[in-house]
Amino acid sequence: MTIEVAEVHRCVASAVERLGAQPGPLLEILHAVQDELGCVPADAVPLIAAALNLSRAEVHGVISFYHHFRHEVPGRTVVQVCRAEACQSVNGNVLADAVRRKLGIDFGETRADGKVTLEAVYCLGNCACAPSMMVNGNLKGRVDPDNIDELAAGWGVSG
Amino acid sequence: MNAPVKVFVPGDSSAVSIGADEVARAFPEQHAGVPINIVRTGSRGLFWLETLVEIATPAGRVAYGPVQAREVPGLLAAGLLQGADHPKRLGNIEEHAWLKSQQRLTGARLGIVDPRNIVDYIAHGGFAGLDAALAKAPEEIVRAVTDSGLRGRGGAAFPTGVKWQTVHDQKATQKYIACNADEGDSGTFSDRMLMEGDPFALIEGMTIAGVAVGATQGYIYLRVEYPYAARTLMAAIQTARSLGYLGDDIRGSGKRFDIAVRLGAGAYICGEETSMLESLEGRRGEVRVRPPLPAIKGLFGQPTVVNNVVTLATVPVILAQGAAYYRDFGVGKSRGTIPLQLAGNVKRGGLVERAFGLTVNELVNDYGGGTLTGRPVRAVQIGGPLGAYLPPSQFDTPLDYEALAAKNALLGHGGVVVFDDSVDMARMARYALEFCAIESCGKCTPCRIGSARGVELVDRILASRNGSRDADLALLDELCDTMFNGSLCGLGGMTPFPVRSALKHFRSDFERHGSNHLTDGAASAAQRSGA
Repeated sequence: MTIEVAEVHRCVASAVERLGAQPGPLLEILHAVQDELGCVPADAVPLIAAALNLSRAEVHGVISFYHHFRHEVPGRTVVQVCRAEACQSVNGNVLADAVRRKLGIDFGETRADGKVTLEAVYCLGNCACAPSMMVNGNLKGRVDPDNIDELAAGWGVSG
Repeated sequence: MNAPVKVFVPGDSSAVSIGADEVARAFPEQHAGVPINIVRTGSRGLFWLETLVEIATPAGRVAYGPVQAREVPGLLAAGLLQGADHPKRLGNIEEHAWLKSQQRLTGARLGIVDPRNIVDYIAHGGFAGLDAALAKAPEEIVRAVTDSGLRGRGGAAFPTGVKWQTVHDQKATQKYIACNADEGDSGTFSDRMLMEGDPFALIEGMTIAGVAVGATQGYIYLRVEYPYAARTLMAAIQTARSLGYLGDDIRGSGKRFDIAVRLGAGAYICGEETSMLESLEGRRGEVRVRPPLPAIKGLFGQPTVVNNVVTLATVPVILAQGAAYYRDFGVGKSRGTIPLQLAGNVKRGGLVERAFGLTVNELVNDYGGGTLTGRPVRAVQIGGPLGAYLPPSQFDTPLDYEALAAKNALLGHGGVVVFDDSVDMARMARYALEFCAIESCGKCTPCRIGSARGVELVDRILASRNGSRDADLALLDELCDTMFNGSLCGLGGMTPFPVRSALKHFRSDFERHGSNHLTDGAASAAQRSGA
């Protein structure tokens, strides 16, 4: 799925107008663009750079530094599985493998049918109710790997 | 019509993650002619009892837990609104030994107040610290914080008052308060609980800091993984601003202070203070070389107080109750209370705020009740991914800064993750190095390259069956030495703590693997290819 260039222009212009006057606004603008478009498309980079009087390399450097920013539109459901120690202590690795197997993709990948993007995160602050995942911004705790079929069905993935 | 009954249901994201929203929704608007008024609070921090529902009765609050949504109709029929008996009835939760034995100073209002209701906050002692501070000269506020013995709760344990004094003494037209809310350590959630459950305490603490050092602008650098906290904080800031607790004339004092929330973007390193400042300025979160200290040249080159959420949220109680009150808790140079977070494979996990001095054993076994799986505890990791692993033979160690340092361990942000005897400590050491490689900002070589070489070394050690293992183990120790001594910041510099402690206390785990040991990545690749 690609985003129309005109749409990128409008989105960046709007974000720059709202946030550009703040000190050090680049991250804020990148967040605003990704919140609206689902990612920070390559077309946005020169526009943001020009608006903030930065080089394209500087903007690209910031985008690529942070795990949160994506280059492509994610699947309809974004599943973020915690890989950190507290989750590992209660079978987090089993959960991570079950999710990968069920979705047929690895971390950082999107299913070909566009239904799910799978991401690794390192701690969701839910460590007393581990293992955890975040599904489209909703936190899930004490996730049982044995329930993976039911979970995946909720993301539109069956079989 | 009967008077409405208040039903308190946590809105804390951990409680929500296991069904608190469904529980809240399961309550009807009224039951048997009694209107029900649902109040969403933070969490008390007894997570094994979530969802913990409390009812306001004439005799005080009565708790029920753990409650599931489908149990609500039965509870109502049994007389829950009157506080009636039921197998899930816990009575007054503050009399529960797990909570009663704690000293909740920083987390005094958690689970009690409606976090978005400023009137509720004030009714429970809120803004008493700010009022006391506004009656003092800035130097006196700083002195109170210094005298309290408060040290940075983010992990570095630097005396807060000394930092404030430095910023106070700088001559500058603009100074900043930068709150580090990038709580990335696995096993920690006290910042999150405070921001979700008592956000006005953080706002009050930051305002006091601003008044004390002469800063007019505050930033909360909040990790993007905490969307629930972001919503609560922004709502609370808006309310505080509209009522004159933030803005150009705080409480009619003529002093100016305001707060903006800035979201991080999934980089663990941005919890390091100079990296956080770079990120706040909109750049790659690369660590700065110190000196200059942020207190002298910090955010946008100006003098900046960088403090963690717990540190700042503790300031109000110090100003309200006095430095001596706070200092009288604790032991040695570790004064006051510490919100410990008990997590991982543990039966009764949650928030344990106590005066410094509790031992690991008391925390893990008395509060925690051992492992969730019922198997023996094999190790705990204290202080997040850069903290040491301790074996049960060292569980008599008190959880204070100096006692842990003496054991080559650290308290960090106070997170304790419990592992049972199924844990493979070689794998945990490998993970520590892998995590460092993933999260390294790349600025210094020992961290950037050392972590990657470390992962390779552990893989080689685990794959080898012969005599080269001893040489590789020695090499791993040398690599740790280089990372410890040569890294710019704590990420590369402290990754050796989990690695070395695993090597020291659990060496057999490094020696028992054969050449067919599958690493995590290899195992999943094999599974995906149907092997």
